[in-house]
Amino acid sequence: MSANGHFVSLQSVTKRFGDLEVLHDINLDVAEHNVVCLIGASGSGKSTLLRCINLLEQIDGGSIVVDGQTITGTKVDVNQLRQKIGIVFQAYNLFPHMTVLQNVTLAPRKALGISRAKAESHARALLRQIGLEEKAHEFPDRLSGGQQQRVAIVRALATGPKLMLLDEITSALDPQLIGEVLELVRELAKSGMTMIIATHEMSFAREVANKVCFLDAGVIHEEGTPEEILSAPREERTRQFLARVLEGGRL
Amino acid sequence: MGQFLHTFFSPLDFLRATPQIWNGFQVNLEVMVVAEAFVLVLALLLAIVRGLPGRAAAPLRGAAILYTDIFRGTPLVLVLYIVLGFATLNYVGLSAETLFTNAVIALTLVYTAYVTEVYRAGIESVHPSQRMAARSLGLSYWQSLRYVVLPQAIRRVVPPLLNDFIGLQKDTALISIIGVTESVTQANIYSSNYFNYAGHTVAAVFFIFLTIPLARFTDHIIRQRERRERAQAF
Repeated sequence: MSANGHFVSLQSVTKRFGDLEVLHDINLDVAEHNVVCLIGASGSGKSTLLRCINLLEQIDGGSIVVDGQTITGTKVDVNQLRQKIGIVFQAYNLFPHMTVLQNVTLAPRKALGISRAKAESHARALLRQIGLEEKAHEFPDRLSGGQQQRVAIVRALATGPKLMLLDEITSALDPQLIGEVLELVRELAKSGMTMIIATHEMSFAREVANKVCFLDAGVIHEEGTPEEILSAPREERTRQFLARVLEGGRL
Repeated sequence: MGQFLHTFFSPLDFLRATPQIWNGFQVNLEVMVVAEAFVLVLALLLAIVRGLPGRAAAPLRGAAILYTDIFRGTPLVLVLYIVLGFATLNYVGLSAETLFTNAVIALTLVYTAYVTEVYRAGIESVHPSQRMAARSLGLSYWQSLRYVVLPQAIRRVVPPLLNDFIGLQKDTALISIIGVTESVTQANIYSSNYFNYAGHTVAAVFFIFLTIPLARFTDHIIRQRERRERAQAF
């Protein structure tokens, strides 16, 4: 827990790519066991924000505190930190030269130093939970997109993270495959996992989120409960964005 | 025509020259295998150095680039003579008599430069998101390289690597110029003794028979990979 009682706390976070400011003065608090959904158009900074929390990107200003530790300071062991913070990407990014089981056990074995037998039995247990144990020895390209993404989630869970960052994890999936992935995320939320989710699935956000943040051009324009943001947005920009999303959905 | 056939394809000379050429060819094989082993390891190290991130590694990257520039640009014949010249200075146990070592050094210097570029292309062909995914799981830079990037990179560059090795194989014929007694030397000896070039033909046949299986194997690997990629793309 950080000083202000939040599990994740971003203060005045700024991120630039060259001259382009992609995140501007971001303040965001996430309580433990809570789910925060980030919504906004592509390029609004959602992905960058998640990558900053995982230190895959370095911030240019402000600070980020996770589980009481200021992760943006000096003397931070990034490898150790990343074992506590799982991230799942839109494009799955499974390792194509490894089987499902090898994908899931790589980090526990090499980063955490867990024995192969232990790592494999844990991985099998996780795969069993998502109904993919029989795919343990398949290579990722033999799996459907939905299965691959579920394996990617399990791979991120295998190091026992306390925080999960999900970066538009259903955006690359066929519509009929989205459900199985969201179901897994729903279960994670129920189990009390703290999560920050960048998503275009508004109904899913409404269902699982404790808080929804609308990002536009690197700024959090509006945040509140799903009800407040998705049903009664105050800001004109939020309204426009939601209208566009609804229109897209109808098409 | 009869004169031509006799000079290059006389059966009697084939039989007489073959044992001698085979003796020489074994030297080609030994040099090739030893040089290849060094090249595979050194080129991988250089390719890794060239990919090191950060400003601190800039001098190392620069040195690696300079190395490939120099040894890719210098003809092997010249490198052979330069290594021979260096050997005559009697540094680090080398001399004009350490023929085998001198030959291996020259071939390794030149082919490491080529193969470094092959490895580098392979490493760069692995999408950055793979490395990012590995790092995001808490693996270190080196672990990501070792377990995620290199296995994929090396798999992809097997065909061009084999191509370079066919080149290396053939270039072992050049080491005769610094005094190594190998197949070409033996063919030259034979031709000056018997005024017949059948020995050179025999040497050529040895090289061809060594190259063909490697070339077919390369084709096979390329085809196999194309099939796999097509299967993925559907």
